[in-house]
Amino acid sequence: MSKSSLRTPLAHVRGLGSSRSGVHHWWLQRLSAVILVPLVLWFAVSLLSVAHADHATMKAWVSRPFNTALLVVLLTAMFYHARLGLQVVIEDYVHEELVKLGALLAMNLVVIVAGATAVISVLKIAFGG
Amino acid sequence: MAEFKLPANSIVGSGKTYHAPTGAKRVRSFQIYRWDPDSGQNPRLDTYDIDLDACGPMVLDALIKIKNEIDPTLTFRRSCREGICGSCAMNIDGTNTLACIKAIDEVEGNVKIYPLPHMPVIKDLVPDLTHFYAQYASIKPWLQTVTLPPERERLQSKEDRAKLDGLYECILCASCSTSCPSYWWNGDRYLGPAILLQAYRWIIDSRDEFTGERLDDLEDPFRLYRCHTIMNCARTCPKGLNPARAIGEIKKLMLQRSL
Repeated sequence: MSKSSLRTPLAHVRGLGSSRSGVHHWWLQRLSAVILVPLVLWFAVSLLSVAHADHATMKAWVSRPFNTALLVVLLTAMFYHARLGLQVVIEDYVHEELVKLGALLAMNLVVIVAGATAVISVLKIAFGG
Repeated sequence: MAEFKLPANSIVGSGKTYHAPTGAKRVRSFQIYRWDPDSGQNPRLDTYDIDLDACGPMVLDALIKIKNEIDPTLTFRRSCREGICGSCAMNIDGTNTLACIKAIDEVEGNVKIYPLPHMPVIKDLVPDLTHFYAQYASIKPWLQTVTLPPERERLQSKEDRAKLDGLYECILCASCSTSCPSYWWNGDRYLGPAILLQAYRWIIDSRDEFTGERLDDLEDPFRLYRCHTIMNCARTCPKGLNPARAIGEIKKLMLQRSL
């Protein structure tokens, strides 16, 4: 807590005021978590059923429309949830404004590229890549 | 960045030891954090061996005994000695609590006493709570209405009054806020459990007409949403209150008005 200026403690606390945001982020984090619960269960159970399958069977399993759809939703929800969570971690621990901005940008880039790669891989298999 | 190790001038060294008088039968060691801003030296832990047969039952009794009989330079805040003023909040045996209602018998082994964690220290066990009090002022802890004051008192049903139970008992000792890692890392912007509990006390008050404005002021990723519900606040509160629940209720109201 810096005391560099002659501003009053209350002026320091009131600062730039409330940003009137945060509900959306908080709600989407919960929502994505709730969506992930059944999807992850489905994914784990499904993996068991194809645990000993060969490559062709595995590809066929991913290509089934319902499986493809659920996989895409699962991956989207998972990477989105990770993005929201990582943002909180960075906000918690990084306080230098420029470093924070850079970390947030880098984090978003990594998560979006990784998420896109995962989703495209599923689609590629589904559409006979 | 969050600080993971102490700055060089905050590393606590070992200090003096004051032995109990000979013949003392029930002796306990009190290890107390000492720091004098005028000395230019690092903080140190002084050890005071106290004869419990010649001392009151509470930790505050021991502190007063030390100050009166052994070492008058020991500095700490205290006033009511019955858990209602919140002055003697400090970290005893690893937990923030009030020295006046913490029995010495509850502590096993040496009694370690530090000031409230992660606050600037003024001297010894006295933390600087200026920022904490400014945060309290910022939530406007008083009744606000548009309706002009009635001629008599403002009425409130018994049910609505009951909603203040578990909130009005907060004495603003700062034990909870200074036990919260989010408050340690982001205390400049995060209001912390004590202030948010107080904010909820006014949000839920049926007589107050500024509920929306109060929620507006809290709706912020830092002021409110740094709470990650790790519950240190509820575990440490010497009055047995649950600030985390109050924060959860605020979050619910935020959602209720945005969905």
